[in-house]
Amino acid sequence: MIGVLSYLIFFLILALTFGIAVMGLNLQWGFTGLFNAGVAGFLAVGGYTHAILTGPARDAVFGGFELPFIVGLLGAMVAAGVVAIIVGLVTLRLRDEYLAVATFGIAVSIQLVAVNWEYMTGGTLGLIGIPNPSKVLADGPLRQNAIYLALVVGVTLLAYIGLQRIVQSPWGRVLKAIREDEVAASSLGKNPTRVRLEAFTLGCSLMGLSGALYVGFIGFVGATDFLPIITFQIWTMLIVGGSGNMKGAILGAMIVWGVWTGSGFAISKVVAPEWQAQSGALQAVLIGLILVLTLLMRPKGMIGEDVTVSRHATDL
Amino acid sequence: MSLLALSGVTKRFDGFTAVDGVSFEVAKGAIGGLIGPNGAGKTTLFNTLAGIEVPDEGAVSLDGIQISGRAPYRVFAAGLARTFQIPRPFPEMSVLENCMMVPSAQAGEAFWANWFLPGRVGAEERATRAKAEEIIDFCGLTRVRRDAASTLSGGQLKLLELARVLMADPKIILLDEPAAGVNPSLMRDLVDKIVALNDRGHTFLIIEHNMDVVMSICDPIMVMAQGRLIYRGDAAGARADKAVLDAYLGDVH
Repeated sequence: MIGVLSYLIFFLILALTFGIAVMGLNLQWGFTGLFNAGVAGFLAVGGYTHAILTGPARDAVFGGFELPFIVGLLGAMVAAGVVAIIVGLVTLRLRDEYLAVATFGIAVSIQLVAVNWEYMTGGTLGLIGIPNPSKVLADGPLRQNAIYLALVVGVTLLAYIGLQRIVQSPWGRVLKAIREDEVAASSLGKNPTRVRLEAFTLGCSLMGLSGALYVGFIGFVGATDFLPIITFQIWTMLIVGGSGNMKGAILGAMIVWGVWTGSGFAISKVVAPEWQAQSGALQAVLIGLILVLTLLMRPKGMIGEDVTVSRHATDL
Repeated sequence: MSLLALSGVTKRFDGFTAVDGVSFEVAKGAIGGLIGPNGAGKTTLFNTLAGIEVPDEGAVSLDGIQISGRAPYRVFAAGLARTFQIPRPFPEMSVLENCMMVPSAQAGEAFWANWFLPGRVGAEERATRAKAEEIIDFCGLTRVRRDAASTLSGGQLKLLELARVLMADPKIILLDEPAAGVNPSLMRDLVDKIVALNDRGHTFLIIEHNMDVVMSICDPIMVMAQGRLIYRGDAAGARADKAVLDAYLGDVH
């Protein structure tokens, strides 16, 4: 029983942490139509920033600031946001698949920087010993994880409420209009470049926040945490849950992370030992299968979007 | 006095001259009609006026302000609003919000205002909504105002296009084939609405193939053929003009 509970807590921490990144992607893709294929890169920026700001001093590696956890989270958001502004200024004039190719390339570059810039990132060894605030508040992994879960739930709720507030507004309406038809929105007086950059930046800083929460929980950050597969997972979570709906984003994170971890467990029990080495590939195939099935059978995801954007346009 | 003035507007695509030195003026309070055979360059001219295309030569001014070469959203802010030949609604947004998104410089369009000025955003939204409901009612779309634009019929989309530009209180409204693909009763309805709006002081420039519509409500009439302006004058003159008959009305004789 304790085993199930502790696993459930562990599961929810990671699923909600990813859910925050999915909400960020939802702002970009679901609301604005920005094809960001570089989610992994922004998770990495957030994760490393958090590790550098809160981590202990190390030989020959930058950092040792040992700042409070919350500073690490905010710093991660700011760093990912700044990188997003730079990337955005260069790429946001690109359309659709061109933006996807550019952001994918940037994420791969960020990952390569993480591997090679040892002074900043610890290189292939990564950065260990990132303090987890729950460790000083309670004894025993179960309680500690429960505290961390409460923290992640709190951050997720804050992000959800904040995002709902900002997208159910005239600002969100402009985002959606640009997603639907940029030429028409522009002919009706809206400046697409400005709001695209705002949505891109805010979405990426949420990815940074997600990366920071992940690293804060695991206590370690390494370059292999941010391979392109994670971008694919975050995208699948959004499509399965329902692009354009923040509740859908969180639900999708739960479902896809559930399938990912559940299938990993099932494969370890069912599949013959000589195939176990391929379990990661099997999991990826399964996620791809869910993605394709969703697109075929429920193209709007589990929860579709509303036709009314601004809360001021709803009937009382 | 002239509200919209074009002088020598030219637009080329890889050596093909789609619009060739077009100059004309539309006075305040007029309903200008722009006609010409398919491929004459009418829609390209509209796109150039609206800022979607940048003219290679020539200039466009609106109420004395230079608007050529500006981005579409700036042209719109200067007071020129256009509809599209093939309607371009925001399909997954309600009819109401298709209209509510239009007014320029809404406080709530600024990211931070939604956090720090919620009272002002709310008040503005209520006003915008009241205005949208009124215009939607004028356009006869009240019954479908909650529906996604993707569920509307072709005629309703034409009305939505009109409703959207009216939300902006523009100085001049450019309509690209408002009557195309619309059934006869809705077409009469549309024409009545245009005339009613004109009576209230709205200025129009209309591309239209339906000669009954053009000849009955438009003055002046501009005729384009192969990128050039070949006639500017009233309806009776257009009917009698040799060049116009050859280029355009000749087809139907």
